Amino acid sequence: MPAVSMTVNGKAVTADADARTLLVQYLREGLRLTGTHVGCDTSQCGACVVHVNGKAVKSCTIFAWQAEGANVTTIEGLAQNGKLHPMQEAFRDNHGLQCGFCTPGMIMTAVDMVNRKGHDLDDKTIRHELEGNICRCTGYHNIVKSIAAGAKAMA
Amino acid sequence: MSATGIGAAVRRKEDFRFITGKGQYTDDINRPGQTYIYFVRSPHAHAKIKKIDSAEAMKMPGVVAVLTGKDLANDKIGNLICGWAITSKDGSPMKMSAHPAIANEKANHVGDAVAVVVAETLAQAKDAGEKVKVDYEVLPAIADPAKAQAKGAPQIHEVAPHNTIYQWHLGDQKAVEAAFKAARHVTRLDIINNRLVPNAIEPRAALADYDAGNDTLTLWNTSQNPHVARLVIAAFVGMAPEHKLRVIAPDVGGGFGSKIFIYPEEVVCLWASRKVNRPVKWNADRSEAFLTDAHGRDHVTHAEMAFDAEGKITALRAKTIANLGAYMSTFSSSVPTYLYATLLSGQYGIANIYCEVDAVYTNTVPVDAYRGAGRPEATFVVERLVEAGAREMGIDPADLRKRNFIKSFPHQTPVIMAYDAGDYHASLKKAMELADVKGFGKRKRDSARNGKLRGLGYSTYIEACGIAPSQAVGSLGAGVGLWESAEVRVNPTGSVEILTGSHSHGQGHETTFAQLVSQRLGIPIENVSIVHGDTDKVQFGMGTYGSRSGAVGMTAIVKALDKVEAKAKKVAAFMLEAAEGDIEFKDGKFTVAGTDKAAGWGDVALNAYIAHKFTGAELEPGLKEGAFYDPTNFTFPAGCHICEVEIDQETGDTEVVAWTAVDDFGVVINPMIVEGQVHGGIAQGVGQALYEGTVYDKDGQLVTGSYMDYAMPRADYLPSFKVDTTETRCPSNPLGMKGCGEAGAIAAPAAVMNAITDAVGTEDIAMPATPATVWRAIQKTHKTRQAAE
Repeated sequence: MPAVSMTVNGKAVTADADARTLLVQYLREGLRLTGTHVGCDTSQCGACVVHVNGKAVKSCTIFAWQAEGANVTTIEGLAQNGKLHPMQEAFRDNHGLQCGFCTPGMIMTAVDMVNRKGHDLDDKTIRHELEGNICRCTGYHNIVKSIAAGAKAMA
Repeated sequence: MSATGIGAAVRRKEDFRFITGKGQYTDDINRPGQTYIYFVRSPHAHAKIKKIDSAEAMKMPGVVAVLTGKDLANDKIGNLICGWAITSKDGSPMKMSAHPAIANEKANHVGDAVAVVVAETLAQAKDAGEKVKVDYEVLPAIADPAKAQAKGAPQIHEVAPHNTIYQWHLGDQKAVEAAFKAARHVTRLDIINNRLVPNAIEPRAALADYDAGNDTLTLWNTSQNPHVARLVIAAFVGMAPEHKLRVIAPDVGGGFGSKIFIYPEEVVCLWASRKVNRPVKWNADRSEAFLTDAHGRDHVTHAEMAFDAEGKITALRAKTIANLGAYMSTFSSSVPTYLYATLLSGQYGIANIYCEVDAVYTNTVPVDAYRGAGRPEATFVVERLVEAGAREMGIDPADLRKRNFIKSFPHQTPVIMAYDAGDYHASLKKAMELADVKGFGKRKRDSARNGKLRGLGYSTYIEACGIAPSQAVGSLGAGVGLWESAEVRVNPTGSVEILTGSHSHGQGHETTFAQLVSQRLGIPIENVSIVHGDTDKVQFGMGTYGSRSGAVGMTAIVKALDKVEAKAKKVAAFMLEAAEGDIEFKDGKFTVAGTDKAAGWGDVALNAYIAHKFTGAELEPGLKEGAFYDPTNFTFPAGCHICEVEIDQETGDTEVVAWTAVDDFGVVINPMIVEGQVHGGIAQGVGQALYEGTVYDKDGQLVTGSYMDYAMPRADYLPSFKVDTTETRCPSNPLGMKGCGEAGAIAAPAAVMNAITDAVGTEDIAMPATPATVWRAIQKTHKTRQAAE
């Protein structure tokens, strides 16, 4: 199996990957970064969203080798120096999660949303932007609230 | 109220690990030397397995073993069972078929496992799985429950002629017939309660590890009730004795009922691990989940409601065909019977109720409890009938409800349940104010000006939760008791571990249970840990479903805390040199009545363990107590949900524009968490009403087998919700709690459909009310109107 190298959460890493190994498998199985989850097999649910070179990507939609040399951030890399990212805090403060399984993908999508759309997000925008992330627990109400608050806190 | 006690909106203790990616779900756990298992599944809904040739698969790289149903039978691994016995009206027992974990002679639904491959990697297992040659003789299949009992329909199990599992009934048929004869008005509806796929976002998973040195098995799996899993796998499947089997349900990513049941996959992983003497791991693909997770609902019902001249409901009758799929899942039999017909009185005083239920086999995935389990189906029947009846008689639907509400408690319904407390007027009134029902007429006119239809629908639901008194459910056929256990372990430094038989998979028990303990013992919430989900730690427990963890699970903790307090008072009495009867405990402090002598919680805990102040003859050292709590009644949460929709006449697209929920859950421990439970339940109920429909074609192929074609509710399909509560205490438990987990899913579908049918002006719209369905109903209604004009 060939080795694939990239930077994950600021660290240079190398792990074996088949030609068909998906980025999410590389992260979960190769690097044991299990915070990135797999909730479907059709790239619909968004539980696997990570940032590749600063942009949100469903890590089940690309092969590991396609991220060769890339800069990848996963949920494990979001908090800096032991301090939670404002979006993580916002999800906790606003009860934006229940079972927690979709949460890493939601938070990574939310941060990307703020990066693209700014800090003043209305409900409609947030709901539209969440089209690629499915949550079965919260009915989205508190996720929307969390993202609006997190966006402001990131300013 | 303290900042972390009962009633406080405490931030969840469990969240830190989830928001930082440190949760430990089953698929996040790995064991040294683990292998991966792939299930070869039947592509046919109904087929004889003539021959399985695994020679080529065995030669594939990395393959450790290829196993079939024959191997399973040879090893005398027992069948999966349904644990609730239902008796037909003719006195005969339900017709439970054999359910081997791997089909041996015949596959009975698409996705039924016929062989497994164990290999070094998952990719290798999948590659080899494609080389397993299964020679099928395809048989005719039946997927439609309404046709399953017909003459000439394909027979699925020999034990069940005409695919009929049971023909059950409840209520006084003669009295109901008489009431219908005397009725002034009768409302009739044909209702299909659509089949749903639960879709917890974490797919089911299992990791089995056989320890040959000790001859023990450990199973990590996605379970809502690990002890029940262990019991069934030990006692019925015969995998290993109970004390040689450890089941751990770590972080579990949502359940909604679908993770209650004992499934073939965990049985096969355990068996295979022992066979290959290595850990075996399985994680369902989403497509595999669609084909193997127990589905929900799937009722075909004809229902009628009789009214007198004043609009009083005098009788209700319903005839339901319930699809249980290809095999009877763990609690499937109870869902369309004792969890359904017993709730047909709704919030109303109805003197006469009769319900007949035929449960049938079909060549589809097994059907079992899904959020609400029977109670959403009952609520849908009652609330659609009331709404349709009001329209037919020209009575305001809220007014008709008020005329029929039960006003005094306790209230015995004609269908078993004895409602203990409630105030249905209060929740309706509050919901109507919050929803601004008075302003609806203006909003409807505004919508009309924009070419849109607007409708408003009520759902005043009731549910029976906290299941339930063991003796009661035992008399109705349950194979288990439905109490809960708790153990309170006080450490010498005064911190506390609570071991509970409940299981949290999103409900936030680590926070709410700790709130209870923090308040009761007067200690910081940080000093309390909640331990659950491991059969080696918690002695036994019945798990989490039926909105029972608060009312039953927390009450067990209360009972254990009572014992801890009593013991701690004895310790304090020795420390303070006072009579035990004079010791008072409040806010974490033990005092001697009428004196200034006092000892703190931590001091007393320490003294319980160092045991310097009393002899062994006087008092046993230590501070640890357990309790089993069996409730004396179900609990009866109830409330009123009001849905307002706007429909685009050109496209038939329905937008839920406003949602108001006022629920009576009794005493609320953490309002933030309760609101979250309500939000999630509503979303699932709206999903059922508008988006989610499980479609099988006539050959039993699942057409909606992924998120590409099964419409999960997404953020932009839903509004934000107005959620509030009213409170009547539940008299049957000391905390006064009722349960909140299922309410939204129970109330919501009827509210949505009452709103849509109000907007369109016909009762004849089926769930899911997709744009195509609604558009057709609009066209039909227009034509009918034109013809009438």
